[in-house]
Amino acid sequence: MATSAPENRSTFDDLSPRSLLGYYAAKFRAEFALQLAYRGAMLIWLFGLIIQPLVSLVVWTTVADSNGGEAGGFTTGEYAAYFVVLMVVNHLTFVWHMWEFGWRIQTGFFSPMLMRPIHPVHNDVVENLSFKAMGLIGIVPAAIILAVVFNADFGETSFGNAAAFVPALLLAMALRFILEWTLALAAFWMTKVSAMNDFYTFLSFFLSGMIAPLALLPEPARIVANILPFRWTVSFPVEVLLGQVGSGTIIVGFGVQLLWIAMAVLILRRLWAVAASRYSAVGA
Amino acid sequence: MSSSPDVSIAVHDLRKVYQVPERDSGLRAAVTSLFNRKSRAVEAVQSISFDIQPGEIVGFLGPNGAGKTTTLKMLSGLLHPTTGTADVLGYTPWDRDRAYLGQMALIMGNRNQLTWDIPVADSFELNKAIFRIRASDYRTRVDELVELLDIGDLIRKPVRNLSLGERMKCEIAGSLLHQPRVLFLDEPTIGLDVAMQRRIRSFISEYNRRTGASILLTSHYMADVEALCQRVIVIHHGSLLYDGDLAELVRRFSPNKTIIVELEEGAPAPDDRIAAIIDRAEVIEQSAVGLTIRVPKAQTAAATSRLLAHLPVSDLTVEDPPIEEVIEDVFNIDVDAAPSKDERATMMATGATCPVDHGQFARDEAS
Repeated sequence: MATSAPENRSTFDDLSPRSLLGYYAAKFRAEFALQLAYRGAMLIWLFGLIIQPLVSLVVWTTVADSNGGEAGGFTTGEYAAYFVVLMVVNHLTFVWHMWEFGWRIQTGFFSPMLMRPIHPVHNDVVENLSFKAMGLIGIVPAAIILAVVFNADFGETSFGNAAAFVPALLLAMALRFILEWTLALAAFWMTKVSAMNDFYTFLSFFLSGMIAPLALLPEPARIVANILPFRWTVSFPVEVLLGQVGSGTIIVGFGVQLLWIAMAVLILRRLWAVAASRYSAVGA
Repeated sequence: MSSSPDVSIAVHDLRKVYQVPERDSGLRAAVTSLFNRKSRAVEAVQSISFDIQPGEIVGFLGPNGAGKTTTLKMLSGLLHPTTGTADVLGYTPWDRDRAYLGQMALIMGNRNQLTWDIPVADSFELNKAIFRIRASDYRTRVDELVELLDIGDLIRKPVRNLSLGERMKCEIAGSLLHQPRVLFLDEPTIGLDVAMQRRIRSFISEYNRRTGASILLTSHYMADVEALCQRVIVIHHGSLLYDGDLAELVRRFSPNKTIIVELEEGAPAPDDRIAAIIDRAEVIEQSAVGLTIRVPKAQTAAATSRLLAHLPVSDLTVEDPPIEEVIEDVFNIDVDAAPSKDERATMMATGATCPVDHGQFARDEAS
């Protein structure tokens, strides 16, 4: 083999931003190659991500139309804008790893990930981001077409809203990813995690604003949505862009997002240490 | 535990117990298990201890379910043991220190570590980033591995399009790019044809020679073990049965010798005369030109002289039985009847004698 000395402790001691960047670059290249190899599957997944908000969009614009152009305080155009932006935000915050962890553990797919000198979360961050980046090629044109066809009303969106949308969206992406990756660790304890995943998804649909804008929910449900992290993972960035919340709420919202992220990171770190020590995939 | 510079792998009383849920078959048992769940503790590895020196290739043998893979998984940091300690290159494997993971590799013949859908070369590039291999080292190592394993035509193909043997060669190359100092090989030649097995064997030997890596190898193909390992560790039902020289294993565990007799041209076949010439001889093979017989080890000299005296022998060879047979005998040993762990430890430390069922051998030799 090559004559140089084997990697020593100093090579791996600290994960420098430079080496992490090197990994991310290589992993992105591999992921893009992978997604290009499965263009058909990619298109079908994207279609699913478009269909769900589209159904809500059609239902609510129809309700508003049949009610003289307004329902629950939203005009037809405002509903259209809400669900079009929601579609983009949902795509950019979407995380599927909860559905993959059980399979990874049962089949032993996790084993090679655990034997690499890099935390498995980095693998999933890149998988997630590259899917989102590739998906934008389909999602953005779909959003523009739907906005035009359904006369989406962006009248309340100011430059400030657009500027605040960017951090709100990035924090929502981080929060939803860390939160759902942490929940996915349940697969280390439970053989069948799909029941828990279903329950989480059901709650998330209602409380993150995917079925209807949170303003339409009854007061108790709105309070729950505010207390739990759901609103801050999807609805909040949409509300910010469409000017549905004031600057005070926006700043508080950033704080809540950061607080949830900090808590989720702490839980993830503690839980990961315990979860990895439980790993015992039979035949893995 | 601190490791001595003379020891790459130090395992002490390593034990792994799995809790396995179980219930009887049938609907009634299924309903009962809803309220009264039962599980059973399965001791996959029972307090095994051994050391491996830098640069050593050790065969890790045992029948299916003996605890080999569980041990390898603990040593590569995948599983936490129930009790016991291990020190590999100065690290506790299951702490999964990045510095440790960057210096070891576990290659499993029945597992895929390369990304299935992208060309092999892309997976190599990814490993370069994961293991932070310097660009110049990476190029040199890829060139060497490609040449040694003859995979030049394969690395541009997606892994899913490779045959089992081609994939294994690429898996091995990908796992060695970071030049691990400790290598755990779990059935690296499983399912491969004889030529491919030979190629992988010679490659492993070459890798060991060039890098001085310590290698712990499991294989059901004794040809792998014979070609690569001077020393073997035999494990059965989670317990360590033997740790020592491969030749010594054959000598100690085989109660028989094989005598190959070639007869003079035109000599009549001995047929059933063998039984009259040698007591307790077993004819394994007989042809017009000779025969192969198995005799108890203690009777070898007497049997040889009687054969020479009573048959027109042109040539005679005495051999140990094939290693497969010896290992099969070892695997068939009743572990419960074997000496206790402490007794085995003492015997292995002193190299005193065969560490299992002395009674069986004593009976064989006395009768």
